[in-house]
Amino acid sequence: MATARIRANTPAASRRSHSARRRVHSAYPYWFFIAPALIYAVLFLVPTFASFYFSLTRWTLFTSTFIGFANFVQFFREPNLVQGLVNTFVYAAVTSGLKVVIGMALGVLLTSRIIARGWLRSVVFFPVLVSTIGVGITFSVLMHPTEGLINQVLALVGIQGPYWLTDPTLALISVALVDVWKGVGLATVIYVAGIVSIPQEYFEASRVDGAGPWTTFVNIILPLARPATVTVIILSLIGGLRSFDLIWAMTRGGPGFTSDVIASVIYKQYQAGFYGLSTAGNVILFLLVTAIILPLTWVLNRKVTH
Amino acid sequence: MRRAIRRSWLGVVAIVVTFVIFVIPFIFIIVTAVKGPQEASLLEFTWPSEIRLWDNVVEVIQARDYMLLTAFINSTLLTVASVAGMVILGAMAAWVAERRQGRWGRVIDFVVLSGLIIPPAVVPTIWVMQELGIFKTLHGLILIEIAFGLSFAVLLFRAFISTVPRELDEAALLDGAGPIRLFFQVVFPLLRPVIVTVIVVQSVAVFNDFTNPLYFLPGDANATVQLTLFNFQSQFKTEWNLLFMNILLITIPPLVMFILFNRQIVAGMTGALKG
Amino acid sequence: MLVHKARRAMVVAAAGAGILGLALAGCTPAAESGPVEITFLVDNGDPTVQRSEALVDAFNAENPDITVTVETRPQGADGDNVVKTRLATGDMSDVFWYNAGSLFQALSPEQTLVPLDDTIVGNVVDSFKAGVTAGGNVYGVPVGTAMGGGVLYNIPIYEELGLSVPKTWDEFIANSEAIQEAGKTAIIQTYADTWTSQLFVLGDFANVLADNPEWADRYTANEVKYATDDSARAGFEHLQEVFEKGLLNADFGSATFDDGVRMVATGEGAHYPMLTFAVTTLEANYPDQLNDVGFFALPGNDAGTNPLTTWLSAGAYIPVTTEGAKLEAAKKFLAFIASVDGCDALTDAVGAGGPYFVEGCTLPNDVPRVVSDLLPYFQVEGGAYPALEFLSPIKGPGLEQITVAVGSGITSAADGAAQYDVDVEKQAQQLGLEGW
Repeated sequence: MATARIRANTPAASRRSHSARRRVHSAYPYWFFIAPALIYAVLFLVPTFASFYFSLTRWTLFTSTFIGFANFVQFFREPNLVQGLVNTFVYAAVTSGLKVVIGMALGVLLTSRIIARGWLRSVVFFPVLVSTIGVGITFSVLMHPTEGLINQVLALVGIQGPYWLTDPTLALISVALVDVWKGVGLATVIYVAGIVSIPQEYFEASRVDGAGPWTTFVNIILPLARPATVTVIILSLIGGLRSFDLIWAMTRGGPGFTSDVIASVIYKQYQAGFYGLSTAGNVILFLLVTAIILPLTWVLNRKVTH
Repeated sequence: MRRAIRRSWLGVVAIVVTFVIFVIPFIFIIVTAVKGPQEASLLEFTWPSEIRLWDNVVEVIQARDYMLLTAFINSTLLTVASVAGMVILGAMAAWVAERRQGRWGRVIDFVVLSGLIIPPAVVPTIWVMQELGIFKTLHGLILIEIAFGLSFAVLLFRAFISTVPRELDEAALLDGAGPIRLFFQVVFPLLRPVIVTVIVVQSVAVFNDFTNPLYFLPGDANATVQLTLFNFQSQFKTEWNLLFMNILLITIPPLVMFILFNRQIVAGMTGALKG
Repeated sequence: MLVHKARRAMVVAAAGAGILGLALAGCTPAAESGPVEITFLVDNGDPTVQRSEALVDAFNAENPDITVTVETRPQGADGDNVVKTRLATGDMSDVFWYNAGSLFQALSPEQTLVPLDDTIVGNVVDSFKAGVTAGGNVYGVPVGTAMGGGVLYNIPIYEELGLSVPKTWDEFIANSEAIQEAGKTAIIQTYADTWTSQLFVLGDFANVLADNPEWADRYTANEVKYATDDSARAGFEHLQEVFEKGLLNADFGSATFDDGVRMVATGEGAHYPMLTFAVTTLEANYPDQLNDVGFFALPGNDAGTNPLTTWLSAGAYIPVTTEGAKLEAAKKFLAFIASVDGCDALTDAVGAGGPYFVEGCTLPNDVPRVVSDLLPYFQVEGGAYPALEFLSPIKGPGLEQITVAVGSGITSAADGAAQYDVDVEKQAQQLGLEGW
């Protein structure tokens, strides 16, 4: 997603010939916009704007009572909801951090002259396309504390594996690791594309200078693959902050509230019929995502152009 | 020489590590899916003592009145219709947005970006859908998927259309083509590569979508494959073979997509970066 | 208190109720022409599906002009949501199965359901009617039997160690420690199914009510709180205590309800706090150990009273969207459910898990041990009290996560109780109750 948006932001995309504009304007009628704009406005923009009002109400879908900021106060007063907020940051940071590091490592590996590159890329990428719910169920079985494959293998080498999903201090991280497993393939192919697009001359010059692989990595790949890094960070932050499917399939926010994130809190409040509070959660998520992604995009992209 | 040896050694290590981490979970799904119920309930990573591939397929499909079959039909309808909508509407919007300039350009940029970043507001969306009488309907969910997927489609289309020379439009217009003919007969065929990308990427996304059906299509009658899988989790607690057979079956469509369109998927997800 | 009236009435009313049942079955509405098909939405749990299919088969056999078909929905919170949204959007099945008590109240029954008159609910005992009444009207008929919430225990372990059924919490802990010393798991918890974690709190309510009979009303009026009421907080404290004393099975976090039933049946563990409806699973999966498992109420501080917390069965309801011939057929189906024939159909299919809420219904002589341990509580005055959810419309949606957190040592009992009070406040405000 974000790969493309970076593209759209560049000046090249909006540089156009202005000649003969008026003559051909009728060839690009505004009514082409009607259907998409209508669907988008009614089902996306209207609810988004409405959410600001309904987050200030106690709401049953039929009637709403205006209660000011009570929902937001509730949100920040209830320790379990606050924990959901904190967990959202942790989850997004852990997943995007690991995706950058592992994705970059795999990207370098897959652009080097290594055997079976095609196989490696396919194997790493395929989980991206698989059902999140299926992955979640599979890993909750593999991570079972006593019967799961992971701990049984660890036991073979004499390690008592942790209670991945039922240890309150570990549950969120375990889910985040599965998220990385599923998503790192995308980061990898983004890095592969980024590294491949680095002009060969740089590598040749580096080789002429007698630089080793590590120096080449630090001096050439790291700085020149920066657009890929920006893309991976932004992409996985957007995904990580909004993450719901995997957490819901694996822990449903448990044990207790230890792996709840904002999106699962929103769902639980919705299930309980607290529609106003659920919508307040949505507004908080909206503000959070915007407050993190927009400045980050700006900072990261600005440095790129330097 | 030494270097070459080291490279192939590294390659072997990479193959082994990725096999363990990325392939074994899928093998686990497959072997569990073809086991008998007793054996599967042990959750062990062993070769099945008897392979019950067909029996389990039949049993999981027949479960709960052919629920999975209904779900596959619904998911197929949902995917085909919403992706078709995204392609046609997205291409039309991107076409005009890209060719026309002026103040609307920036507005559209902004709107498209919002669509990519902003998490949809769940309950207000339900409220709107209910007012329109499309809540809990498949066509309602199709419209939702279109609305949420449109931004991404428009973005890809715009990036591609900016590479289509304007001279082409002008030639067609001189031939007397109207806007509809220009777009559908001249431009649309040219968009084929990006259309394939959008179709592949978005159909995987819609087919695997769990959250939107969960919120906007509750109830058994309209279940999608992801919802059925989620519900089977609580239902088939003691029949792991059927649960994993279900996972296996719904992994097949993305696998087919992957085999056929590997390049377009990767291109679609990373493509614009190179520009 | 809950069902003893039913049992007293059994002998007296058996004959009369039988006749009434026949009369109801015989009175086909004149307006009806041709066959009618109605749908019956139930949750997809095996016990529920078996019961509803038993009822439907018996009813369809008796009424060739009506066909009832069973439709299923998910269980738990997902299912609650399906029921609520389908009612709210006017898209409910013709008849549906749903909990009595606070969950029923959360459906806004006065707007969404059809009130039932005495030709349908005449045989239903008052204690059940109280759980399905809103604004003075009765909306549901009972499907199934009363349940108790207490402790399932493994009898062979008790016999081997020479233990006796505990009457107080201290005795319960003493027994548990003795079992632990003998190298067995004393208390089974199964937090993979989060709802099972609530038993220590919800099942302790009879003790709260025995201490303070007005507690439920005062709770609804926002005058008492879990965090500040010693006897109410006890349930949370017990949960913390059993965790801290290490009396739980090692895999409490990942074990499921089915695991719990297995453990208590096979003697892997001694105590499993649970509802008596688990007897259905026990009977299906461990028929040979059926009578190795007994049942007692969760003990409180007072050995003299030691009352049992009981649960009403679920109810069957008709939404206002069911009209005309379908409405007549739906009413007829409900009347059948609330008749002796309905009870018998259930007993034949799945056995009886406790006393019925329909006057005239009887239990077979050879009930499982858990059920025969359960029945005496209903036969003494003050032996059984309904759970809080049947006396107050307020039940916080977050309880099961909070009890998992307390039971896993994540949260202290005091904090857990306070968190639950906050959770409940949201529910009360959403329902628009006075005084919140």
